[in-house]
Amino acid sequence: MALRINISLTHTWAMTMDKNPHMRRHHDMGGMEAGPVDRAEHDYAPWEKRVDAILRLLSDPKRRILRVDELRRGIEDLGPGAYDELSYYERWIASISNMLIEKGVISIDELGRKMAEVEARHEAERAKGGTT
Amino acid sequence: MNEPRFPLGAAVQIRRAWPPGHVRAPWYLRGCSGSVCHIVGEFGNPEEMAYGRYDGTKLMLYRVRFRQSDVWPDYAGTPQDTLEVEVYENWLEPAQAEAAA
Amino acid sequence: MSDSHEHSHPHGQPHPFQPDIEDTPLTHHQLLELAVGELLMEKGIFTGDEFRRTLEDIDSRNPADGAKVVARAWVDPDFKARLLTDTISAAAELGVDAGTIPIMTVENTPDVHNVIVCTLCSCYPRLLLGLPPDWYKSRAYRSRVVREPRKVLAEFGSKIPDSVEVRVHDSTAELRYMVLPMRPEGTDGLSEADLAKLVSRDCMVGVTLPDSPLK
Repeated sequence: MALRINISLTHTWAMTMDKNPHMRRHHDMGGMEAGPVDRAEHDYAPWEKRVDAILRLLSDPKRRILRVDELRRGIEDLGPGAYDELSYYERWIASISNMLIEKGVISIDELGRKMAEVEARHEAERAKGGTT
Repeated sequence: MNEPRFPLGAAVQIRRAWPPGHVRAPWYLRGCSGSVCHIVGEFGNPEEMAYGRYDGTKLMLYRVRFRQSDVWPDYAGTPQDTLEVEVYENWLEPAQAEAAA
Repeated sequence: MSDSHEHSHPHGQPHPFQPDIEDTPLTHHQLLELAVGELLMEKGIFTGDEFRRTLEDIDSRNPADGAKVVARAWVDPDFKARLLTDTISAAAELGVDAGTIPIMTVENTPDVHNVIVCTLCSCYPRLLLGLPPDWYKSRAYRSRVVREPRKVLAEFGSKIPDSVEVRVHDSTAELRYMVLPMRPEGTDGLSEADLAKLVSRDCMVGVTLPDSPLK
């Protein structure tokens, strides 16, 4: 008797989910169908480790500017498209940037200007290498 | 530390609710019953922390063990396989059905 | 999403923060990272030194720390008991600073085999095991290991007998998890250092078992 009740309870959400797929948020993927696990690993690029370092510094006890909960929320709120298309640390830096803007730590204006400055500097350095 | 609402061994069920937002109770466990196997302690509520509200009332956090066969109707492993997750007290209620002995 | 300039200039001068791929344009997200980092330093939120030290710390973390802790637990039952009670304090006894986020060690026994996942994101005991492998963060692993752990373990080459309970830990909240594998057969008399060499990262996540020297 008890076992039957348990099975009907677990079936209830499964049936409801078919009618309302948005009940399950995109990142909440336990139990979903997926292919084989790809065991290939990549070495973390320096920029990726720098994203990690930025998050650790922002969230450390000395600063507590951003909590891990906020980082996660920001990633979840990127939405299904971005979640699937962006790489792991791309999601992190997208979330971190959005959170810092939301909190007023950086402004959209200064971020845009700084990005343009960094890009120009990078392109200038590439150009310095001379012609092919 | 406040008194936990649920003692070790308590038969508990994860509420079947579907709010949007930053929730740490996985979808696949909503409505499932298990038993409390560890009382972790009190922590800030991630549903508040995620939105910049750090100083609210803390919540008791539990580890709850589920039988895989109670979670997945078609579970293909063995009957004794289990799943353990951390669940905040606000997502738990007493199990409605007697957990199978 | 990413800018695509069609330059083909060769390698230029090293950038002060050493971008990884000097030959190619920066992607949108690489630009974000550099810009955010520079702004935060300009605003005094952290210093260049703190940034460099944090990067060095990230690089210094690797599964050898976890393996050291496992090997000690294999030879010293009292240490093992302390490890199971308070992993961070036990690791500190061996000179490993595993941080402040609580870590729980779950012990494999003849009756129970443990596997770790974070279905919601990628929670992982980074300060004990280093950065997680890509597969741990993948859709396939996060989706399937809670539902069909034995099949996923088989993909890693691990066959857990039917008599053994497979227990999956979904790191949904505050704890990070490390598996304490069983000490393999044929390892009596091995030094702690040699025991640690048998302990791979994957067996501390629970997807594999440590090799026995008898194999």
